[in-house]
Amino acid sequence: MSKYKVDENGYYGNYGGAYIPELLYPNVEELKEAYLRIMNSPDFIQEFRHLLSDYVGRPSPLYFAKRLSEHYKTKIYLKREDLNHTGAHKINNTIGQILLAKRLGKTRIIAETGAGQHGVATATVCALMGLECIVYMGEVDIQRQAPNVARMKLLGATVVPATCGSKTLKDATNEAIRDWINHPENTYYIIGSVVGPHPYPDMVARFQSIISEEMKQQLKEKENNEYPDYVIACVGGGSNAAGAFYHYLDHPEVKLIAAEAAGKGIHSGHSAATSALGKPGIIHGSKTLLMQTEDGQIVEPYSISAGLDYPGVGPVHAHLFETGRAEFISITDDEAVKSAFELCQLEGIIPALESAHALACLSKLNFKPDEVVVINLSGRGDKDLSTYMNFLK
Amino acid sequence: MNRINKLFETKQGNILSVYFTAGFPQLNDTANILKSLQESGADLVEVGIPFSDPLADGPVIQHSSEVALKNGMTMKLLFEQLKDFRKEINIPVLLMGYLNPVLQYGIEKFVQQCAASGIDGLILPDLPFKEYQEQYAPLFDQHNIRNIFLITPQTSEERVRLIDKAGNGFIYMVSSASTTGVKGQMNDQQTDYFMRIKNYKLNNPTLIGFGISNYDTFQTACQYSKGAIIGSAFINTIENSKDLKKDIHSFIQQLTTEK
Ligand SMILES: Cc1ncc(COP(=O)(O)O)c(C=O)c1O
Repeated sequence: MSKYKVDENGYYGNYGGAYIPELLYPNVEELKEAYLRIMNSPDFIQEFRHLLSDYVGRPSPLYFAKRLSEHYKTKIYLKREDLNHTGAHKINNTIGQILLAKRLGKTRIIAETGAGQHGVATATVCALMGLECIVYMGEVDIQRQAPNVARMKLLGATVVPATCGSKTLKDATNEAIRDWINHPENTYYIIGSVVGPHPYPDMVARFQSIISEEMKQQLKEKENNEYPDYVIACVGGGSNAAGAFYHYLDHPEVKLIAAEAAGKGIHSGHSAATSALGKPGIIHGSKTLLMQTEDGQIVEPYSISAGLDYPGVGPVHAHLFETGRAEFISITDDEAVKSAFELCQLEGIIPALESAHALACLSKLNFKPDEVVVINLSGRGDKDLSTYMNFLK
Repeated sequence: MNRINKLFETKQGNILSVYFTAGFPQLNDTANILKSLQESGADLVEVGIPFSDPLADGPVIQHSSEVALKNGMTMKLLFEQLKDFRKEINIPVLLMGYLNPVLQYGIEKFVQQCAASGIDGLILPDLPFKEYQEQYAPLFDQHNIRNIFLITPQTSEERVRLIDKAGNGFIYMVSSASTTGVKGQMNDQQTDYFMRIKNYKLNNPTLIGFGISNYDTFQTACQYSKGAIIGSAFINTIENSKDLKKDIHSFIQQLTTEK
């Protein structure tokens, strides 16, 4: 049994669990009882794999970034999740969960979204399956990720603004959970990251684990070695990182690097660097590291990147941080934008702001020339053009 | 004897429990509201500990929590406000709040402090039943603090009975699948559920909460249980009150007497 995978009680070491009001108990229990059975059934696996290949366009390429490698004097590969249908890794998870929701007989789908990528990916699979879709999104994020709001609407989803708190991902998640409480029977909640009550973190990690499954195979072909020296991914809730790390967790020779959003600086009061600033606490049904006041009130986070603007991390990441299995690096807004521009100019790829945080780790680590570094390029930057344009001026 | 148990021993029905958020509308209203509630005839009071992210609450209680936190409410201050309340208040009083602030305060210290202040019970909606049983039941029992469990229309009979077996004090029956808030009249689906639970003949008394707002809904709830819990409607009443004592009195009056 891996010490980095979820245990039978839904915990990763000290973190995880299902701290939910009784109102949600039947829903979460139903899911907990069913998810592994459904996910492991042959018809599910077949349908999931088929959609991943023919609809999402998997496997996503593992691209050797030659000019970026020359610049950093090491061997850098980009795992191109940005090339998936809808433009990010999020669709791996929504395909999985919509197939599950259908098998549970649910007819109404809800989701939260930050950057809008999970919202778009959910709206997409709902259109594909002909199911009603309601997406909660913070008012601030509706402003800064406008193209994704338009996409969701075009796909037939209803986008409901979250107007409380910092009006970002945390608040959208609160509203989605409240919706679920109010519609416990017909509604399935597609959570977009490895957060929430057990079994969500484990389920989402399993759906995203396709990323490292492919990486292993692709590295074997390209490097004749499945195991790179580094895997680098950004962490908001941590789903793309969980997927990119998944098959390497028990291989300590593979260094796992998690890029967190430091916003305007870790101690600026405008940050989302949970591992640096958080203490154990409970958010959205799970025990994890959480940015909070001494009095246990959740702190409003900040990041230029809507997808990383979250005061917690998935419990698996709290565990990876605590055990030292993963190294957490804080990246400021400016560092992320600089790295995004660098990738545009060296490789002709416009990354999402979230993924740019992972890229920014390149200048914070010392690599040897023959080391193999894989960066999970979680999404493309189309949604962030207006933010990037502000920096071009 | 714990005041909650005593209440249900001495009063058989029409028990009125009122919820309000500590620190709302003004930071230091807690003692006054408690006193006015007792004087007006409330049988039991739930004092809410405000939280930044109250997941199970609708807009009214969300708003009261936000205001209370802006006013400067903290756990420490709440216990200061409650230091001497037992000199005047003899009805049972519970604290209701989300788990995270309690964990940060330290759950042992918190339960001790509750007992020392004269608090009779706790309602922590996001503390799972199993977690409580496995980790905290002895602590609560040691301090004679009742932990109140919730049941909902979706809770299976088996689980209701499990909760009943472990419960002490009363069972909080959530009236419908919903967050807190004022909803208007009760529907047949709700009364069917109330009847179903009533027919289980549980060991613990039940109080019905969520969506109870006026004379009619209060009376309906009382037909099927020992009484009811009022939150959002009360918060709406005190929000802009210029005379808390008077407004609380007339609110309780109109709840308990037919128009
Ligand atoms: C492109 C992209 N990367 C990363 C994230 C962060 O999510 P997670 O940490 O779950 O991968 C998001 C979230 O919206 C995203 O859109």
